[in-house]
Amino acid sequence: MTESATNNSKSSAKGILLKIVRNQLFIPLAALLLLVLFNLFTDPGFFDIVLKPSSTGSLILSGNLITIIDNASELVILAIGMTLVTSASGGQDISVGATIAIAGSTVLRIVKTQASDIPGGKFAGIIIISFLLCVVVSAAFGAFNGALVAFFKIQPMVATLILFTAGRSIAAWINNNDNISINDNRFGYFGNFIPGIPVPTPVFITVICLIVIAVVLKLTNLRLYSQSVGINASSSRLNGINPKMIKLLTFVILGVCVAVCGFIKVSRTSSITYSVIANNIEMDAILAVALGGNNLGGGKFNLTASVIGAYVIQFLTTTLYKFKEIDSSSISAYKAVVVILLIIISSPYIRKRFDDLKNKRLAAKAQANVGKEAN
Amino acid sequence: MENGAVLEMRGICKYFPGVRALEQVDFTLREGEIHALMGENGAGKSTLIKVLTGVYPKDGGDVTLAGTPVHIKSPQDAQNKGIATVYQEITLCPNLTVAENMYIGRTKGPFTDWVKMNKKAEALLDELEIPAYPTEQLGNCSIAVQQMVAIARAVDMECKVLILDEPTSSLDEQEVVKLFKLMRNLKEKGVGIIFVTHFLEQVYEVCDRITVLRDGKLVGEYIIEDLPRVKLVSKMLGKDFDDMADIKSDSDAANTDLDGTPVYEAINLTGTTGIKPFNFQIHKGEVNGFTGLLGSGRSESVRAIFGADRVVGGKVMINGVPVKIRKPLDAMKHGISYLPEDRKLDGIVGDLSVRDNIILALQVMKGFFKPFSRAQAEKFADEYIKLLNIKTASQDTPIKSLSGGNQQKVILARWLLANPQYLILDEPTRGIDVGTKVEIQKLVLKLAAEGKSITFISSEIDEMVRTCSRLIVMRDGKVVGELKGDDLNQNKIMATIAGGESK
Amino acid sequence: MKKFVKMLVSSALVAAMAFGMCACNGGNGGATQAPTQAPAPTESATDAPADTTATGELIKVGIINNDPNESGYRTANDKDMKETFTKENGYEASFFYSLKNEDQIAAAQKFIQDEVDYLLISAAGTSGWDGVLEQAKKAGIKVILFDRTIDASEDLYEASIVSDMAKEGQQAVDWLASQGLSEYKILHIQGVMGSSAQIGRSGALNDKVKAEANWSIVKQQTAEWSEETAQQIVQAVIDSGEKFNVIYAENDNMAKGAVAALDKANISHGVGKDVIIIGFDCNSWALKELKAGNWNYDGQCNPFQAKYIDEIIKNGAKQKVVIMEEKGFDAKTITDDDVAKYGI
Repeated sequence: MTESATNNSKSSAKGILLKIVRNQLFIPLAALLLLVLFNLFTDPGFFDIVLKPSSTGSLILSGNLITIIDNASELVILAIGMTLVTSASGGQDISVGATIAIAGSTVLRIVKTQASDIPGGKFAGIIIISFLLCVVVSAAFGAFNGALVAFFKIQPMVATLILFTAGRSIAAWINNNDNISINDNRFGYFGNFIPGIPVPTPVFITVICLIVIAVVLKLTNLRLYSQSVGINASSSRLNGINPKMIKLLTFVILGVCVAVCGFIKVSRTSSITYSVIANNIEMDAILAVALGGNNLGGGKFNLTASVIGAYVIQFLTTTLYKFKEIDSSSISAYKAVVVILLIIISSPYIRKRFDDLKNKRLAAKAQANVGKEAN
Repeated sequence: MENGAVLEMRGICKYFPGVRALEQVDFTLREGEIHALMGENGAGKSTLIKVLTGVYPKDGGDVTLAGTPVHIKSPQDAQNKGIATVYQEITLCPNLTVAENMYIGRTKGPFTDWVKMNKKAEALLDELEIPAYPTEQLGNCSIAVQQMVAIARAVDMECKVLILDEPTSSLDEQEVVKLFKLMRNLKEKGVGIIFVTHFLEQVYEVCDRITVLRDGKLVGEYIIEDLPRVKLVSKMLGKDFDDMADIKSDSDAANTDLDGTPVYEAINLTGTTGIKPFNFQIHKGEVNGFTGLLGSGRSESVRAIFGADRVVGGKVMINGVPVKIRKPLDAMKHGISYLPEDRKLDGIVGDLSVRDNIILALQVMKGFFKPFSRAQAEKFADEYIKLLNIKTASQDTPIKSLSGGNQQKVILARWLLANPQYLILDEPTRGIDVGTKVEIQKLVLKLAAEGKSITFISSEIDEMVRTCSRLIVMRDGKVVGELKGDDLNQNKIMATIAGGESK
Repeated sequence: MKKFVKMLVSSALVAAMAFGMCACNGGNGGATQAPTQAPAPTESATDAPADTTATGELIKVGIINNDPNESGYRTANDKDMKETFTKENGYEASFFYSLKNEDQIAAAQKFIQDEVDYLLISAAGTSGWDGVLEQAKKAGIKVILFDRTIDASEDLYEASIVSDMAKEGQQAVDWLASQGLSEYKILHIQGVMGSSAQIGRSGALNDKVKAEANWSIVKQQTAEWSEETAQQIVQAVIDSGEKFNVIYAENDNMAKGAVAALDKANISHGVGKDVIIIGFDCNSWALKELKAGNWNYDGQCNPFQAKYIDEIIKNGAKQKVVIMEEKGFDAKTITDDDVAKYGI
C-alpha cells in the first residue's frame, strides 16, 4: 500500500512536480534560476562572455558570469568546510574571516622577503613553502577551535568567537602590522590569471578543492561519521566512533579550506588589509550552508546544495553591484531581504507545508475510494 | 452521534512520506470508560493519539468533542479543549521543579504565585501518593516518578479525555497498581480514558472496551467481555497466534559448553557509575541475564563490560586471553556487541537511513578509510531487513520514522551484522508489541543454539525466565545472587531481588 | 581509527610548533626592523631633546588611541606617537588602545588616578566624555585631542588636532577639475558609510558633480575600505560595459583593488592613460605607484599629530582647533623625497 501511495504521486504531473520541489537541491537551484532570469530580463547582455587580451597581453575570458564564478571561489571552498563543521558539531565557525586574515598574512610573511626578480624555480619553491606553512597554521587554528568544541564542549559559535575577536590582531602581528604590497606579478597569478590560460585561476583551485573533497567523501567514512556524530553523539560513541575526534577533524578540514581561501585572497590584490580582508565572509558561508537546505543544528548534509548556495550568494552580490539605482548604504538591506526570502522558502516549516499539501490530496483520494466502495 | 460519547473521530487519515500511517480510522470514547487502543508497532496507535492531541495535523476526517465538531490546532489547543496526554516518553522539563512541571504553561497572566503553586502541587502529590516534593528538580526523580508527575499534571487539568500512551512501561508493579487505582477514580468522575499499552494483562484488568488497529486501519471496536485474549492477539496480528509458551523447548539442545574457557570473563570489573566491582563470566552458547529493580545497576554492569562508561579497574579475558577494553570500539573488536537500553538516546541515529543504521557498527569496525561500496551496503541492509522482517518503506527511509519495534529490529540487525561472539541485549523488548517480543526471544535462543553467547536484560521477569539459563540478580549496585536450574522461577527471583543475601 | 587519530594529533602538534616558530620569527623581525625605522620619520624626534633635558623631569602623558590594527593610517599614527613621546624627548608615556568608547573612558579615569600631566585622546566615539574631562580638569590634567573631535565644551581641553576630511576631498576634486577633461565619468568607491573620512571625501565630489554638467557618477558604491570588494565592484561595472574615465577611491587599498580589476580587463590607467586613479592616505606603496605613473593623485591624511602635540605641550596652544597641513600629490610632480617623507 505504500507502493500505491508513491504510484499515485508518480502517475500525475503534479506528483512529479512535488517530488522535485521536495528535493534539497530545489531551493538553491530555483534561486539561481530566478537570478538568471531576472538578469536576463533587466540586461539581455548580462551573460555575454568575450575573449579579449588583458594588460599582460594574453587572452582572457571576461563577462559577468566569469566574474561571478571567479569571485565565488573563496565562498565555495569555505562552504565545503562549513558544511562539515555544521554537520558534526551542530554549530558554525564564525572565525573563518579572521583566520583567512591570519592565513593570508602568513603567506605574505614568507613571500614579502623575496625580491621580485628571483628565477621561476625558486619562486615556485617560495610559493609552495608559503602555502604549506599557511595550511599548517590555519589547520592549527582550526584544531584550536575544534578542541574547544570537542573536548571542552563549548558551543561552536562561542568557541570561535575567540578567534573572531582576536584573529585579525594576530594577522596584523604576524607581519608587524606592516602595509604589505607584493610587487612580483607572478604572485598575482593565483588570484587572477596565469598568462596563456583564459580562465581565472581561483576557478581551477575551486574545482580541485571540490574534486578533493568528493574523493575524500568517497574513499573515507567522513560523511557517515560526521552525520552520525551530528545526529546522535552518544549513539555514535556506542558504535565505536570517537565523536570528539570527528568534530576536531571537521574543524581541521575547515582550517585547510580557510588556508586556501586566504591564499587566493592575498593573491588577488597582492596585498592585505588586516581589518577588512574577507570581511563578513563567515556570514556568507553560513548562509550558503543554510541556503542549501542543510540543518544548521547538525546531522545530514548535502555538500552540492551548499556549493550551489555559495554561488547563489555571490550571484546576488554581483547582481546588486550592477544596479546604479541602489544606494550604496542600503545595498546590505537589499541583500538581506532576498536572503530572508530564500531562507524562509528553504525552511523546514515551508517544506512541511509542501508535504501536507500532498497528503491532503492523498486523503481526498482515499475518501473518494471509500465512497466508490460504498456505492 | 452516539449517546454519552465524549469523543468521536471519524474517517481520520494521516500520511507520512511513503507511509499511510492512518487511513479512514474511526474511534469513539464514551463518558466514564477506560478504552484500550491496541495494535502492533506501526499499527497507528501513536499517530492517532498525536492527531487527536494536535501534534500532527490530520490530513482528512472529523473530530467531535461532546457533540461539537472541533479542529485541534496544537497540543495547547487540545489541552484547552480538555484533552490531556501522558506520553510514552517523558515530555516534561527535567531542569524544572516538580511543581513547575505540573503547572507550566497553565498559569494565567505573566505572574506566578510560587507559594500557592507549590502548596497545590503538594496536596495533589499527596493525594496520588506520589513520592516527590514539589520543589524537587524533576530530573533528579526516577523515571517512574517522572511518569507519575506527568499523570498528576494531566489529572489536575480536569480533563474530559485523558490519554495514557504506554504509561506503565517504566513502572514497577506496585506503581502500576497505584496508577490503576487512580484511573478507576477518574473513571468514576466521568473522565474518558484512552489507554495505550502492550501489556495484555493490564488491558484485561482495567479496560471496558478495546479498539484494535492494524496497518493504519481500523480492525474493530469490542466490549472487553466479548474479546478473549487469544482473539485479541489474533486481531492485532491479523493471523492465528502461535503461543509463545514453549519457545524454550528446542533450545535445550543448545551446544552450551559450560565447562570450557569462558568466552568472556571479568574479575573485579570496576566502573565509575556507582556499581561495586563484580565478577562475571559467560560461556559459548549460553544465555544469561542481569536482573534487579530499576536502578539496581544491571544496565551499568553491562555498560562496563562493553566499555560504554569509564572502567577503572579489573581484569578482562576473552577466550582466556587477557585484553583491555577501554572504549566501545575495543569491545567491538573483541567480538562484543551491545544493544543499549535507551533506544532513542543511545541506539538509533535518527535522521540516518535504515541502511546506514544497519551497517554503522560493522563499518566502524572496518575502519574510517575503508567505506563499504553502496552495493555492498544495500546487500547487507536487504539481507537483514528480510531476516528480521523489518517493516520500512525503503532502505533510505530515516530510521526515526519507523515504529519503535522496527527501530529496535534495525539496531538488532546492526549488531547481528557485526557478527559478535558475545551479544549484550539491554531491554530489547521494551515498548514493543507482543509479536515482535516473541520474535526477539526466539531469535535470542536461535543465536545461542548457533554458538553465540548472549546476555539478556528485561524488566519482565517471565521473559527472562523463558530465555535465560542463568540469572545474575543485582540490588543497589551489587551482585546479590546467581540463580540457575530449578531456582529459575518467578518466586525465587522476586525473593532474591527483594532481599536476604542468597549466600 | 587509532592510526588516524595518531596522525591527526601529530599533525596538529607539528602545526603548533611551526606556528610557534613563525611567531618567533615575527618577534625577531620586529626587533631587527625597529632600529632602521626609528631615525627615519618626522622631524619632531630631532627637535625636542634640548628642551626637556634642561628641566630634567619627565612629563607624564597618558595616550588613549584606537587599535593600531585598524588601518595603515592608525599604525603610522601609533608609531609616530611612540617615537615622539620617548624618554629621550623628556616624556614618560603610557598607552591604551581600544575601538570602544567606554573602554577608552575607563582608561582615561585610570590615567587621571595615575596623575599624568597630559591626557592625549583619539576618541572612538564623539559623546560621553564630559564627565571624565571635568575630572581631569579638577585634577589639573591637561587634555589634548588628536585625530578625532568630541562633543564637549571647548573649555575642557587645551587643543584639538584634526584632519579636515572635507578639505582633503576638496583638494582632490580641485585637482581633478584642473585636469580639464571634456567629460568626467566617475566611478566612486566609498569607505565605510558614515565614517568621517567617507563623509568628508564623498561630500566634495558629490557637490562638484551636482554643480557641473559634464561631471557624472557612473557608479557610487561602498567597498568598506576593502580592496577585494573594490575589485569586485569595478569588475561588475566593467562587465556591464559602462564607460568611465576616473576612479575616485576613498583610500589607497580600494584604489589598489580597482586597479587590479582594470589590469585584468586591459584598461589602461595612470598618467596620460584612459582612466585617472585617485586614492587617499599616502601609503608608501601607493606613492610609489604614483611615482611610476600608474596612479594620478593621492591625497594625504596626515597621521603625524605627535609633533603638533609636542609643540603644544612645550610652548602652549595658540588656538583651540589645529587643522593639520595635508598635501595632495600629483604623479607628474611627486619626487622620491616625497615618497620617503610622506609615505606611511
